[in-house]
Amino acid sequence: MLAPIGEPLAYDFFLRALLASAVVGVVCAVVGSFMVLRGYAFMADALSHAAFPGVVVAYMLKGPFYLGAAVASVATALAIGWVTRRGGLRSDTVIGVLFAGMFALGIFLFSLIPNYVGDLFGFLFGEVLGIGLGDLVALVALALIVLAVIGALWKELLYSTFDPLGAAASGLPVERLDYLFLALVAITIVVSLQSVGIILVVAMLITPAATAQLLTRSFGRLIAVAALIGAVAPVVGLYLSYWTNSASGATIVLVETIVFLAALLIRPGLVLLRGRPIPAQA
Amino acid sequence: MTHAALEPRTPAASATVAVRLRDVSAGYGERIALEEITLDLPTGSLVAIFGPNGGGKSTLLKLIAGLVAPTTGTVETLGLPAGKAARRIAYVTQAELVDWSFPVSVWDVAMMGRYPRLGPWRRPDSTDREAVRDALDQVGMLDRAQSQIGELSGGQRRRAFLARAIAADPELYLLDEPVTGVDVTTQEDLMTVLHAETERGRTVIATTHDLAAAAAHFDTVIALNRRLVAMGSASLVLDPEVLSKTYGGHLLVLQDRAVIIDDAHHHDRESGPDRHFHEGRHG
Repeated sequence: MLAPIGEPLAYDFFLRALLASAVVGVVCAVVGSFMVLRGYAFMADALSHAAFPGVVVAYMLKGPFYLGAAVASVATALAIGWVTRRGGLRSDTVIGVLFAGMFALGIFLFSLIPNYVGDLFGFLFGEVLGIGLGDLVALVALALIVLAVIGALWKELLYSTFDPLGAAASGLPVERLDYLFLALVAITIVVSLQSVGIILVVAMLITPAATAQLLTRSFGRLIAVAALIGAVAPVVGLYLSYWTNSASGATIVLVETIVFLAALLIRPGLVLLRGRPIPAQA
Repeated sequence: MTHAALEPRTPAASATVAVRLRDVSAGYGERIALEEITLDLPTGSLVAIFGPNGGGKSTLLKLIAGLVAPTTGTVETLGLPAGKAARRIAYVTQAELVDWSFPVSVWDVAMMGRYPRLGPWRRPDSTDREAVRDALDQVGMLDRAQSQIGELSGGQRRRAFLARAIAADPELYLLDEPVTGVDVTTQEDLMTVLHAETERGRTVIATTHDLAAAAAHFDTVIALNRRLVAMGSASLVLDPEVLSKTYGGHLLVLQDRAVIIDDAHHHDRESGPDRHFHEGRHG
């Protein structure tokens, strides 16, 4: 009976993939909860695509791809703020321009490398089943750092997300917290690249938090529910991917999307149980 | 020596200026929001800032809070350059700028007032919980502590945010439109709380659209239209000359009331589709 569950656990690569994707799922869900509340969904997409040229340059120079991705992602986050102020444009306009531009730069550079089309697929869509022990250790360490920083600055991040003016007036360093948060987003994206790839990391960040938003009314529970979905969906997704021989990153994201749709449908029942939901708009 | 009136004033008594502005101008890019404002507000005063939209009310509050830097001039708050006394200030944002769907309860919002005094890692302790409970009690929101803020009425939302300010135990309250659009009971309750705070030596500065509220509840009023038009006792809002200078051509003084015809977005535009009417009862 349990053979289909137990069988893949005999493979080291499957165990590594399970651990890696569950850790990625949790850290993405926690960071994503703050992003959803800040209205940063589009920013998530932009920063993940912006990592691509960094990955390609690291690949060409045979350096660590984590570093290349982090540099490109953080630089883009800072550039979005700078261009917005300098150009006097709406930030979503600037995000649109830089996001596409950085991604195109990545594709351009990649096209200069002969015979590596297969690796391109891995960067774009993830290859968690191919993760090595060294990468796994680095991934878990970075994820723990991100979670520790959020744990330490939980109150400050919450206040500056909810009411930046009030928080700044009472002495919280809101601007520095914003930049720190963007850096955490960039690290999270880098951590996630290997498991779900550049295209789908936005789903890992946003979907669990969006699902939790449908189901909860308190900030603590929002993060707890998002983290739970973030931990469980990759496990289910990896098994499905193993059984059906489907692409792992895409399967994980599909599981999260199905959970979101299910939450949307069962919400009326929960509302009856727990009173009125959070109104979408005041 | 025996006569009280002959005794020199103590240094503490002479240094009781909560807010001091000298030749302050401010603006965003090309747009000038405030010009050459000079004023002193003594500690313990209950001050209303009124004037047309675009007249610089919110900007003046942000200058005092240190959220906006002056282009020229100096701003001193609680004896320090603006922004340096942040932990002793509570600033309450305009209600329209708040995301009311945010998943926090009334209790959570009031607790945020305690956050700046706690460092990273530190969780609120019993002192903080006591301060929050007391603040919620003062604004009459203890029984709604667990409500999500989106479930509240406009008046209850203002109460919750005032509770956050009170929980911070500030020396200076800076409140952007605290009684705009709330019911009469809420307005009376909030003003009673604020008045009590000034009795304890706290300073309260609030912007308001509501001339009736300014006249009824505040000790000092500031008429602002880019420049400081007038400053003095609450009866100033009844002065037709002050009103016409403050609101320019957008004012009709009728027998017992002034009707201000105020363009919602550009106070200096002659006419537009978004005219708002604010009435202040007089007499």
